Amino acid sequence: MNKIRLVRNVKLGIKSLLLHKLRSLLTMLGVVFGVASVIAMLAVGEGSKQAALEQIEKLGTNNIIVTSRKSAESTAAGGAQAGSRVAVYGLNYEDEGRVTAVLPNVSRTVPVRKLPKRASVNGRSVEVTLIGTKPAWFELVRRDLIAGRVLTEHDERTVAPMVVLTDDVARDLLIASHTIGQPIRIGEKVFTVVGIIQNEQRIGAAGDTLDSISDVYIPLSTCRSYFGEIISEERAGESSREVVDLHRLIVEVVDRDQVESSAKVIERLMERLHPAHDYDVSVPLELLRQAKETQRRWNWTLGSIAGISLLVGGIGIMNIMLASVTERTREIGIRRAIGAQRIQIIQQFLTEALLLSINGGVIGLLLGAVILPALITLYSELPTDVPVYSIVLSLGISVFVGVVFGLYPAIRAASLDPIEALRHE
Amino acid sequence: MTTTTTGPHVTGPPLPSGGGREVVIQLDDVHKTYVMGEQQVHALAGVDLSIYRGQFVAIMGPSGSGKSTMLNVLGCLDRPTLGRYDLAGDDVSMLSDEQLSDIRLRRIGFIFQSFNLIAQLTVRENIEMPLYYLGLDPHESIGRARELAEMVGLADRLEHRPSELSGGQQQRVAIARSLANDPQILLADEPTGNLDSATGEQIMALLDRLNAEGRTIIMVTHEADIAAHAHTQVHMRDGLVDRIEGVGR
Repeated sequence: MNKIRLVRNVKLGIKSLLLHKLRSLLTMLGVVFGVASVIAMLAVGEGSKQAALEQIEKLGTNNIIVTSRKSAESTAAGGAQAGSRVAVYGLNYEDEGRVTAVLPNVSRTVPVRKLPKRASVNGRSVEVTLIGTKPAWFELVRRDLIAGRVLTEHDERTVAPMVVLTDDVARDLLIASHTIGQPIRIGEKVFTVVGIIQNEQRIGAAGDTLDSISDVYIPLSTCRSYFGEIISEERAGESSREVVDLHRLIVEVVDRDQVESSAKVIERLMERLHPAHDYDVSVPLELLRQAKETQRRWNWTLGSIAGISLLVGGIGIMNIMLASVTERTREIGIRRAIGAQRIQIIQQFLTEALLLSINGGVIGLLLGAVILPALITLYSELPTDVPVYSIVLSLGISVFVGVVFGLYPAIRAASLDPIEALRHE
Repeated sequence: MTTTTTGPHVTGPPLPSGGGREVVIQLDDVHKTYVMGEQQVHALAGVDLSIYRGQFVAIMGPSGSGKSTMLNVLGCLDRPTLGRYDLAGDDVSMLSDEQLSDIRLRRIGFIFQSFNLIAQLTVRENIEMPLYYLGLDPHESIGRARELAEMVGLADRLEHRPSELSGGQQQRVAIARSLANDPQILLADEPTGNLDSATGEQIMALLDRLNAEGRTIIMVTHEADIAAHAHTQVHMRDGLVDRIEGVGR
């Protein structure tokens, strides 16, 4: 029986909405744009969240990254005569062993020394980031091997002049799979290319990553022995000289749950070892958590702003429904005289309001989930991703808007005095 | 309106020729008082009236005499301020809005001067409206609407809009609608007021026929020749029954 009533009410509602097609359409548009903007905003939020999370996850959620940093004191030491003095700061070679000594749950550590160098083959040359590291690097930063092999413990022990290139560098130097084993000049030294690995795939917003497309990898021992401890750099006509053992130390722990406690241990250890505080300890997991939190707030902000347009849409519905109640006062009187209960009048008008808002919601959903994100991605290159919950949410809010803004006019219709209503006009 | 005139209070049996038959409506000292600004208006100032099953009653009186208020109270659209209204043995003077709606739905049919059809609905849908609120199965409901349309001679107009019909036809649709719930009592408020006299006569003939079939009809009118169709003319003045004329069947 209730189903029959519902069907009748819906039919009746559609009929009276179709009676004023333009008016109903315009009223619906309010909800359409409201819902569309809420969904589009959430899609933008979700898209940038995904991009940010991907970047952070690339750093490894089980990792703790200690980075050398030029502290205030070491910079001051360089000071006025930067050319002649040498800034000494950062992590030491020994720090790696010290960390593994205090942390039993470390699965691997990867020391990284970075030197800006020029690499050349047969007269073609390119700027590269020379990375002196240990074989564990290739286990931690997993990239597909395109050709040859990666560095080994043997290379490290024997201080071998072996180099692994990224895809990008190899291409720039016209080195292909079949030319593996050919000599390459890096700085003043000659190396042998033993392998080519895949580039890091950079998508969307820039962020901190462990590797870069200009990397070339050599054993850390080779790096020390070939290039010495002083890093000279010419920049804008000024030369700077620094002594930094390790630019970065990546510590991977076995269990994700221990990342934060381990980071605290490392922090304390580093505080003791480096009173100048020339290092940073960063925990990608922590960053991940912060990014999620930031994004959550951002979503609320965007969503609330979009919600205002939904509010306007709702007010539009209320406005039209109130006008409709006034217009149809006599009809209400007739229905009441014939024996309609108040609740049935409420149902009738609420059904109409809901038809407006739900239809608006569905159209808005299409607009906000399909058309707007496509346009946003096309023109602003912001990544978008429509989360499933936003679809449910938008339908939910359109029902909510219909009820909230349709209820008052409906109640007003139902509370009309039948006699007065019959006399109306 | 004042309460100065006191008409003959007709209570119970001694309605002309009404004796011995079932009382369907019984008003005892019914008052209806409106507050308009500072003033109290006594639209009904203590009405006593009995109406029998199958009786055709015309309520007459100058405007302001309280006849419309009387019809509203009889139709359960309005509650008396004071007094008792028995409808087929049930005291309806104290009922809630929901209960009154239910009584209107099940026991009363309304016919209005201006027909009061809903313009955007078809003839069939207008006739079906009470059946919808009664919760009748749509299939049954359509059948009943067709029957009623046939009875008022509009079987071929079921899918037309009221605006496509003449005044007389519209009123016949309204009568069909008032009969949809098979009511005990038909209340007609100036049913011929918006019609020319020939059409009015047709409508009255229809009402006569319905009365002959046993329905109780209470009609408000100010036209004597229309009122003459009724067995009984109740004249009202200043919120009171002034005098009662005519014979029951």
